[in-house]
Amino acid sequence: MIELEQAGVTAYAPAQPEERGSGGHEQVVTLLHPTTCTLAERRIAVIGANGSGKSTLARLINGLALPSSGRVLVDGADTATDGAAVRRRVGFVFTDPDAQLVMPTPVEDVALSLRRLGLDRAARTARARQVLARFGLAERAELPVSALSGGQKQLLALAGVLATEPAVLVCDEPTTLLDLRWRRVVDDLLDGLPQQVLLVTHDLEAAARADRVLVVDQAQVVHDGDPEQAVALYRDLMASGATTG
Amino acid sequence: MRRRRAQGPRRPPWTGPLGLFHAGSSWLHRVGPGPKVAGLGVLGIAVVALTGVVTTLALALVTVATAVSARLPLRSTTRAVLPVLLTAATVGAYQVWQRGPAVGLEVGLDLVTLVLAATVVTATTRADELLDALVRGLGPLRRVGLRPEVLAMAIGLMLRAVPGLLQTATEVREAARARGLERDPRATLAPAAVRAVARARSTGEALAARGVGD
Repeated sequence: MIELEQAGVTAYAPAQPEERGSGGHEQVVTLLHPTTCTLAERRIAVIGANGSGKSTLARLINGLALPSSGRVLVDGADTATDGAAVRRRVGFVFTDPDAQLVMPTPVEDVALSLRRLGLDRAARTARARQVLARFGLAERAELPVSALSGGQKQLLALAGVLATEPAVLVCDEPTTLLDLRWRRVVDDLLDGLPQQVLLVTHDLEAAARADRVLVVDQAQVVHDGDPEQAVALYRDLMASGATTG
Repeated sequence: MRRRRAQGPRRPPWTGPLGLFHAGSSWLHRVGPGPKVAGLGVLGIAVVALTGVVTTLALALVTVATAVSARLPLRSTTRAVLPVLLTAATVGAYQVWQRGPAVGLEVGLDLVTLVLAATVVTATTRADELLDALVRGLGPLRRVGLRPEVLAMAIGLMLRAVPGLLQTATEVREAARARGLERDPRATLAPAAVRAVARARSTGEALAARGVGD
């Protein structure tokens, strides 16, 4: 279970030129206002405009971003004081798989994730091949990662994260860079996972399939609940042009 | 405006001689990464410590023979090493002019020998195996509070970073060309540096998210 207790994020940012005279060259900006919620549903979507704070919310859950105020707990583990335990429980998939894939071949990249389980190399490689087979990438296990298509790379990024069987999967716009065919493949895969999935997305169809949807706007959660109402609110916000972005 | 000639099928960008594993069954593929890295270290010391044209030629011949015995694909290996050969020729020619033909030949051949040997090691060793060997080799550093796993990962990433940086440079050059700014260094150097730093940050973030180094 994921619990946000008054969790907020602020950061320093360059000041606007007109404000530099009084307060120096930096200003404090709010990336996410203090937020309190408990996320226990199996499928949760987060939608909002670019720059609204939805990725910050997602990063809080894996400990990639730490709260400036309040705290975030995953099954009781505090992301600020017990980051390693949190990351064992929460996998994170980025928008751009190229940022996530660091080894030369798929089999080695998945094996890299398995290192923290303390397996020897033969066991890591065997398990990595099993994982790749499950994701339909068995025949590409030995190819250079650079030879994979964008969709195959995103599948590989998912395989690398899911190889360690985390309890929660956080995906930050995993289908944004994919064509329609690969988007469906990734969507179907995410839908079928046994894990709790928190999906940050601009895809309103995917959001509508979630059990619960959070709408983030201007660094705060402005709706939390029913997907249908959430999507309608998001459409209204977009149409009115009143959002950050 | 200069017209570019059609050049047939486009090759992937040059990604440097290091970090490219070629699957195979040669004796070098079967040898563990530890002895190969140790051998590379011994060769490096020998190249620096032993001087003279005969010794230099002998070390170069041994390295070439080793590379041939690894049965690496000739075309891709030559393509990977070619720019190093050109660099060695330039550096060697400069040394011939400054200090005579013996020194020029020695410097040029030493450079080729070292790069070829490093290429053979990375081409016959999986990155995963190399990481394991580095973790074992760096084990004693644990006593002074350093973490061998993190250091090994840093070295592994450094090898992986070379093709990535070259790809970034190619993309930036193409973006500058698209804007007609290919001759303006500000349109290539600054964005390449910014993107290299951004790439390093995103890689670090991805590794942190995967719990690597926890």
